[in-house]
Amino acid sequence: MKIAVCLKQVPDTEAEIKWDISKGALSREGMDSITNPFDEFALEEAILTKENYDGEIVAITMGPDKAADVLRNALALTVDTVYQLTDPAFAGSDTFATASVLAAAIKKIGDIDVVFCGKQSTDGSTGVIGAELAAILGYSQLTYVSKIRQIDAAAKKIIVERSIEGGNEVIEAKLPAVVSVIKGINEPRLPNLMGIRKAGKVEIPKWNAGDLGVDVGKVGAAGSSTKVVEIAVPPPRGAGEILKGEVDDIVNTLTDKLIDLKVIK
Amino acid sequence: MANDVWVYIEHKDGGISPMSFELLGIGKQLADGFGSNVCAFVIGDKVDDLAKEAFAYGASKVFAVEGDVFKGFRGEAYAKAASFLMEKYKPEAALFRGTSQGVDVSAAAAANLGFGLCTDSIGLAIDGGKLKMTRAAFGGNYSVSVVNEKAIPQIATVRPKAFAMPVKDASQNGEVIKESFSLAEADLNTKVLEFIQSEVAVNLIEADIIVSGGRGVGEDGFKVLNDFAKMLGGALGASRAAVDSGWIPYEHQVGQTGKTVKPKIYIACGISGAIQHLAGMRTSDCIVAINKDPDAPIFKNASFGIVGDFKEVVPKLIEKFKTKLNK
Ligand SMILES: Cc1cc2nc3c(=O)[nH]c(=O)nc-3n(C[C@H](O)[C@H](O)[C@H](O)COP(=O)(O)OP(=O)(O)OC[C@H]3O[C@@H](n4cnc5c(N)ncnc54)[C@H](O)[C@@H]3O)c2cc1C
Ligand SMILES: Nc1ncnc2c1ncn2[C@@H]1O[C@H](COP(=O)(O)O)[C@@H](O)[C@H]1O
Repeated sequence: MKIAVCLKQVPDTEAEIKWDISKGALSREGMDSITNPFDEFALEEAILTKENYDGEIVAITMGPDKAADVLRNALALTVDTVYQLTDPAFAGSDTFATASVLAAAIKKIGDIDVVFCGKQSTDGSTGVIGAELAAILGYSQLTYVSKIRQIDAAAKKIIVERSIEGGNEVIEAKLPAVVSVIKGINEPRLPNLMGIRKAGKVEIPKWNAGDLGVDVGKVGAAGSSTKVVEIAVPPPRGAGEILKGEVDDIVNTLTDKLIDLKVIK
Repeated sequence: MANDVWVYIEHKDGGISPMSFELLGIGKQLADGFGSNVCAFVIGDKVDDLAKEAFAYGASKVFAVEGDVFKGFRGEAYAKAASFLMEKYKPEAALFRGTSQGVDVSAAAAANLGFGLCTDSIGLAIDGGKLKMTRAAFGGNYSVSVVNEKAIPQIATVRPKAFAMPVKDASQNGEVIKESFSLAEADLNTKVLEFIQSEVAVNLIEADIIVSGGRGVGEDGFKVLNDFAKMLGGALGASRAAVDSGWIPYEHQVGQTGKTVKPKIYIACGISGAIQHLAGMRTSDCIVAINKDPDAPIFKNASFGIVGDFKEVVPKLIEKFKTKLNK
């Protein structure tokens, strides 16, 4: 089985975010970055799938130079091959442009049975790349996946559970499929020291727009139809009222105030 | 004159929740701004009842695709029907609720049409004749507005409960336009085998009231919070620390790596208010914080704060509510 996993580098939530307001984009220079938390579940699921069904894993990321770090982390585990999709022309891509570049790489790698992604990224947090990739590639669209029940690569079939409002949906789908996973599907493992050392020495292969056969007019800031027109710091919510006094009085006041909202029946 | 504004009406196996019509209110406002009408579009097996309700909530027309293959929701099939409709009628904008169904259809449909979309919008306005979609970024520390310049329609998913529910007027009527669009079962990739209803209904995103617990409440504390939530007719939420401790399943987690919620009342007990938790609940209408640490960051975002031990405060709140509400 051939497994692909899409990993994104995102700013550490604790890090100070810097915007390049003129470009309406993040200025990623000098910011602490991590692998998107949901993608750690995607990577672990790829590894579990490889262990359970045999196969090989190809990890890809689209991002600037330092995004190579997420691939190095993946190599420190048992990922076989990695590609960094990087080109100045990719900068400022919206979700569709990003999905188009990822899709081009998946086609170039070829013969993929399952593509794993995270449910969403914590920076853009659009949560749509999985569905877009499936639509672009014509693969089965399996989102919000909380469990993989079975994969039959020979019969080109996969059965998964999707965690949606009200319960879990069990779906059988044809392969190839794009599977975007939620937290809780597994417990991501950590790489060991040896893995990290080995991964540190690997030269990360890079693919640019030319390598991927991507039309530069259709990606990046120029090719994206979604444009950021405004970035603002929303007014702080503002601390409200700290209720002071004896507990009984506080409880009396609060219940009155909440009942006044006419929400509680 | 601009084209109409469309609102996607979601449903589950023919079952209709009034919340499905939520976006017809903001859709109407936008359509007024564009000088056009708000219309609904539905995909399903038999959709006449849905159509009737859509008129009652303000839709002037309902566009529908019906057929056997659309009997149960399937992202790929619904997205193909949705992109067919949108391509044919070219609405100015199309709004979807930010539910699993809304995101699945809108994202794949936009990709079928060849462009992106804006998700989780909490503000929608018209700017220079185009739909301006505003969303939170980075845990709500920033708000980012985007315009989808070339896309027809401009597609947005909208955070549930971000806009007021329109008033129902059952006397309203309109025109149902049924489009024939069919897909062969053999060409579809997915088949739903079964749906396993969850034992505890955890529909956090639709809840008007959420009582949430964190590391400060402990495993036993969640039993008390559960009683509290039930008494208020609300849902039970949790911080990641509580989920990671194994006190409560992940479905309850609120925050950056959990659910984004916008209830009318959010009661946070024993939750410190880390940025990743705030990201998921900061836009709630009224936030109540109960925490024994007066310096907990949650108080900076709370409408009402109580500095105290939840073990003392919550049982008293339950009693008081029971008395005042005659429960
Ligand atoms: C990438 C990433 C993603 C994350 N995603 C999420 C997410 O989606 N959701 C989320 O919630 N967190 C998330 N976190 C974790 C987040 O940073 C915090 O660690 C977490 O929210 C803390 O949970 P807590 O407030 O319950 O626990 P704590 O921070 O430990 O706070 C417990 C609070 O309880 C109070 N307390 C203790 N005893 C009592 C008592 N008897 N009565 C009243 N108060 C009491 C204490 O004063 C304290 O303020 C994420 C972190 C990272 C790095
Ligand atoms: N630049 C990228 N490189 C690789 N994978 C990505 C990239 N952007 C998004 N993804 C994948 O798509 C998922 C959803 O991302 P998003 O739609 O941006 O919230 C992520 O969890 C990743 O698996």
